Order: sequence, then structure tokens, then C-alpha cells
Amino acid sequence: MTTATPVRGPAREKAVAPAGPRRWTRWWPAVVLLVLIAVPYSALPLPGLLDGPIGSAGSLQLLALCLVFGALATGYDLLLGRTGLLSFGHALYFAAGSYLTDIFMAEFGLPFVPSVLLGLLSGTALAALLGSVSLRVSGIAFSMVTLAFAQAGSLLVERDPGGVTGGEEGRAIPADKLPASLAGIGNTANLYWIALAYLVLTLVVVHWAVRSPTGRVWEGIKENERRVEVLGLRPYGFKLTAFVLAGALAAAGGVVHLLLTGGATPQTTTSDFTLSLLVMVVLGGSGSRWGPLIGGVVYTWADQRLGDLAGSGTVAGLPSVLRVPLSQPLFLLGTLFVVVVYVLPGGVVRLPERLRTARVRTARAPAA
Amino acid sequence: MATVVLLAVTGLGLGALYFLVASGLSLIFGLMDVLNFAHGALLSIGAYGSWWAASGHLPGAGSSGAGFVLAVAFGTAVGTLAAVLLELVLIRPLYERPREQVLATVGVGLAVPALLSAIWGSDARTFPGPHALSGTFGLLGARIPVNRLVLVGAALVVLVALRLFLGRTRHGLVVRAGVEDRAMVTALGIDVRRAFTLVFAIGGAAAALGGALGGLYYGSVDPGQGTSLLIFAFVVVVMGGMGSVAGAALAAVGVGLVQQFANYYTASGLGDLAVVVLLAVLLLLRPSGLTGRLA
Repeated sequence: MTTATPVRGPAREKAVAPAGPRRWTRWWPAVVLLVLIAVPYSALPLPGLLDGPIGSAGSLQLLALCLVFGALATGYDLLLGRTGLLSFGHALYFAAGSYLTDIFMAEFGLPFVPSVLLGLLSGTALAALLGSVSLRVSGIAFSMVTLAFAQAGSLLVERDPGGVTGGEEGRAIPADKLPASLAGIGNTANLYWIALAYLVLTLVVVHWAVRSPTGRVWEGIKENERRVEVLGLRPYGFKLTAFVLAGALAAAGGVVHLLLTGGATPQTTTSDFTLSLLVMVVLGGSGSRWGPLIGGVVYTWADQRLGDLAGSGTVAGLPSVLRVPLSQPLFLLGTLFVVVVYVLPGGVVRLPERLRTARVRTARAPAA
Repeated sequence: MATVVLLAVTGLGLGALYFLVASGLSLIFGLMDVLNFAHGALLSIGAYGSWWAASGHLPGAGSSGAGFVLAVAFGTAVGTLAAVLLELVLIRPLYERPREQVLATVGVGLAVPALLSAIWGSDARTFPGPHALSGTFGLLGARIPVNRLVLVGAALVVLVALRLFLGRTRHGLVVRAGVEDRAMVTALGIDVRRAFTLVFAIGGAAAALGGALGGLYYGSVDPGQGTSLLIFAFVVVVMGGMGSVAGAALAAVGVGLVQQFANYYTASGLGDLAVVVLLAVLLLLRPSGLTGRLA
């Protein structure tokens, strides 16, 4: 797809000409990071956006969820936007991370840290195994194979073999295995920082990977796989690298999600979960540095908050034509997604650029 | 013996349901290269349309006799209309951008079930079927629910109608030629876009009919029904070969039977798992499907 590539444009321009005050504006991610680190100490109320002050446990939980899904979408974009692989099975590796870590703790009685490491390792190994099989086919067939594997995983979790997955109930995290600093509502701030750390890790890894020589080949594969082959490179290995890296990041996200929500739920194994990742990435802007993050944060926030808003007095008083659709976040998000696919190819991140070109065009029009 | 007969007929009924969803999906993908993720939503629209009409909201329609036929016809018509609208409003402006088309259908596939559960609630609603279809009849010692036969009958009618349409009419010829080689058909000066809308209408009608009769089969309708059927329809489409109606029919019967027998004779749920794994294995061994092609 060529629609997503021009996103790199402005970033490069900025790097070439850092004249005057613009040099300082380049550091805005660091400022945002400092603000995000300081959030748990703040009692600033954000009425409408959040329920209660920003540093309260409930708000921190929601913010941390937003960060986790932002990171997860960024990792997923490694496949979709960077390598051009449309995987419908990403939920599997996320769920593997959270379920396996929980199972290692509760069923095998392992301590916390080895369980997390083993969960990550086995999630990554699963991605390597299934990726090496799925990537033997390409195009829609690849999407279907990944979908089939993920669906098999989802059915397996629902089947609850030997009472290991907990079926529809999911699994609760064994509280006695958790370090004291991560258990209980009082320690939500620590979990929030873990989520933030996961986000930073994902952003750094993706940024570094995309800039590496392997990342250049990914870009080539996305644009024209045949050409990469003609250059004497085997796309299979490069695609598998992207798949395993994205799978490992997803497994890590699964672990963070497990800690944050206190359990593993079967909803994270479904194909709907992968589809929501797809929506996040495309909403924000596939193939861009910040797009998937923005998409993930906005989607998660909307999914959680719109439901609450629907129950509140402001929406309940509306006539039913407005109230009924507003009560379903997924309806709004699905519609918004279609609109973005339509009028904003490249996602929300391209909005400023588009507005700028539109303004330039209207400014030039009377002069011409 | 009685169990085997019951399982076989139930499997056939399920296969008929899969065929109704998969036939349209297969034609749409074969002709347009669009994997229609909104196909489950079309099925749900048909199911809810029939349920709404059969619950006495539509004058003349009801839960028995001619009223029920009218209700099913109403649901099918609403589903067809939704499919045509989907094609004209959302798919058409995105021609030549297949990935965006798939994304748009994903959005619709998420939004429509959400809208349905916003209007009628996310819980399953009892589907009011006619009394004559809720009973059972005896066959080789087994008591078989009548609605299985209705599904099989409807699927057979759709299969024959589709074969006749594709084989005997000019529009069918254009669709078949388009599945084979779309660029060539366009080069011959035939407006293949009209065939796109037609295929969407046919697929939507079949899926909506499947939804209406699926309500009979399951005894209830819920917003997630279409989406959960969609995955198995994908299996059928891939097994049957993209764009092949006869292949879809054969694969639907196979998948339905395998699922029923495996679910009964091994652990419950293992049949579903077997079918999904079968999809992966099949794609890996023969990326082109059993009879047709895959992009």
C-alpha cells in the first residue's frame, strides 16, 4: 500500500533542518514522558475525560490500559504498516503471554519473575513456531491461516482442557505469588509505571528495528516483495523476524495486561480482539511512529468511557434516535473507523498535515 | 443408528447454513478480491429482520403459516438491501484499493452487531417459529427436528438457483468470466461493476436467508451469531475454492458433518477445533483451495 508511506516525510524534514527553536521542539516526546511519569502524583481533575482526579486509582487504571493498548497497536503495526502483513491472529500471542504467565504461577507454583520470563519466552516461541508455518503462504491466505490458528487458540481456551484456562470465566492472578508492591488497589501507580515502561520499550524497539537494515528490507517487502527477491534477498526470514518481534512484544503486553487487570480473560483470545487492534492502528495511522499509539489510546479510552457516559444523565436524556447508538461504543468506533478509512487514509496523524496543505491551497487560490 | 442419523441430518442442516453464508462470500471474493468481513453482519440483519417481522411488528407477518414466509421474505429483503447499500456506498468508492475495502467491511462488521445490541439488547431473543416447524419427525428410528430439513431445502433451492443463474443467464456469464479474469472482461467492454453490485445483492440475500433460517435452527437470535458463523464460512470458502459455488456446497456439507460427528464422538468443542485446524493445514498444503484459486 502506498497510502501510508508519505507519513515519514515530515519527520525527515525536521531532522534535516533543526534551525532555531525547532531544535527544542524535537524533544517533545521527552517532555510528554516526564509528564506521564509524574501523573500518579497529580490530583488534577479532568471532568468528562476521566472519572475522578487523574491520580486516583480508577483513572490510573484506565490510563495504564490506554498505554498498554497504545503499545500493543504499535507492535502490531510492525506487521501491518511496516512489513505489509495482514495478520488476523495477533490476539493469540497477547493471550499466550497473559494465560501462560498465570498458569506458570498458579498451576506450576513458580515464583513471580521466572513465571513472567517463561510466559514471555513461550509466547515468543509460539509466535516463532506458528509464524514459520503461516508465512509459507502469503496474501489473504496468510491472513486466513493466522486467523485459523488464533481461532483454534480461542476455542481451546473456551474448551478449558483440564480446567487450566478457566473457560469463559478466565483466570484470576494468584495474589500470593505477586510481589507486595504490585498487589492491591493502593499500588495502581506501580502498575501504571510498568505499563508506561512497556510502552517506552515498545516504542524504542519498534523505532530501532524500523531504522535497522532489517527495517529497510521490511519497507521493501511492503512496497514490492518480488523486487526484494530480485535483489537476492529472501523475504521469508525478514517477515518471520517481524512476526516474532511483534509476537514477543504482544506477549509482553499480555503480561502487563494480566498484572493490570488482575487476570486473564477469554475476550483477549477472540478474533474481535485482533480486529480491534487493526482498528486502532488504522484509526491512528498505519506505518507512522505515533499513529498506532494515538489510535490505541483513543480507542481504549473511548471504549471504556463512552459506555460510562451512556449511563450518565447527559446521554440518557437524549431522544432515542441519538441515545441508542451512543450507548454502544463499538458502534461509534466502527463508524469512526469506516469514516477514517474513507476520508483520512493514513489515519489521524495525517490530519495536521492535511489541514496545512488545505490551508496553503486556499491561501494560494485568491492570489492565482 | 438413530444417533448417527440424527447427527448426519443435524450436520447437513449446519452445512446448509454454512453454504448460505459461504456461497455469497465465495462469489464476492472470487469476483472482487474482497474478503467481506461484514457478511456476518448481513446474516444478523436478516435474522433480526425476520425476528422483528415474525414478532408481529410487520402487518401481515407472523410466526405461523404464510405470515412466517412473509417474515422470512422480509428479513431476506432487508439483508439484500443492506448488502446493496454496503456495496454502493462503501465498497464502490474504494475500487482498486482492496485492502481499504477489507478494512471498511471490518468496520461495518463491528458496527452493525453493536447497533443491533444497542437497539434490541445483547441477550439472545427467542425466535418465534411456526408450530409446524418446531416439531420432530421419525427417520430410521431417530427423532429429527423439522427445521433441519427446512434449512437443507432452502440451501438446495439457493444452490440450484445460483447454478441456473450462473450457467444460463447473461449476467451469470459475466460473473463467471469476471471470477476467471476480471481485467479481460473489462477489456471486452463489459461494465463489471454492475456485476459487483449484483454479486453483493445475491450474497446478501443468501446470507440474510441463512440468518432467518438460522434463527429457526438455533431457536433464538443474538447480535454475535453472524460473526461466529463467519469464521466457519471462511473455512468453507477456502476449502471449496474461492469463487466456486459447487465447491462451497461440497465443503459446507463436509465441514458441517465433521463438526457434528467430532463434537459428539470426541470431546465437545473438538469438532470446531478440528475444522479450524483443517483450514490452516489445507491452506498450507494447497494455497489454491481444493477446486479453485486464492489470490
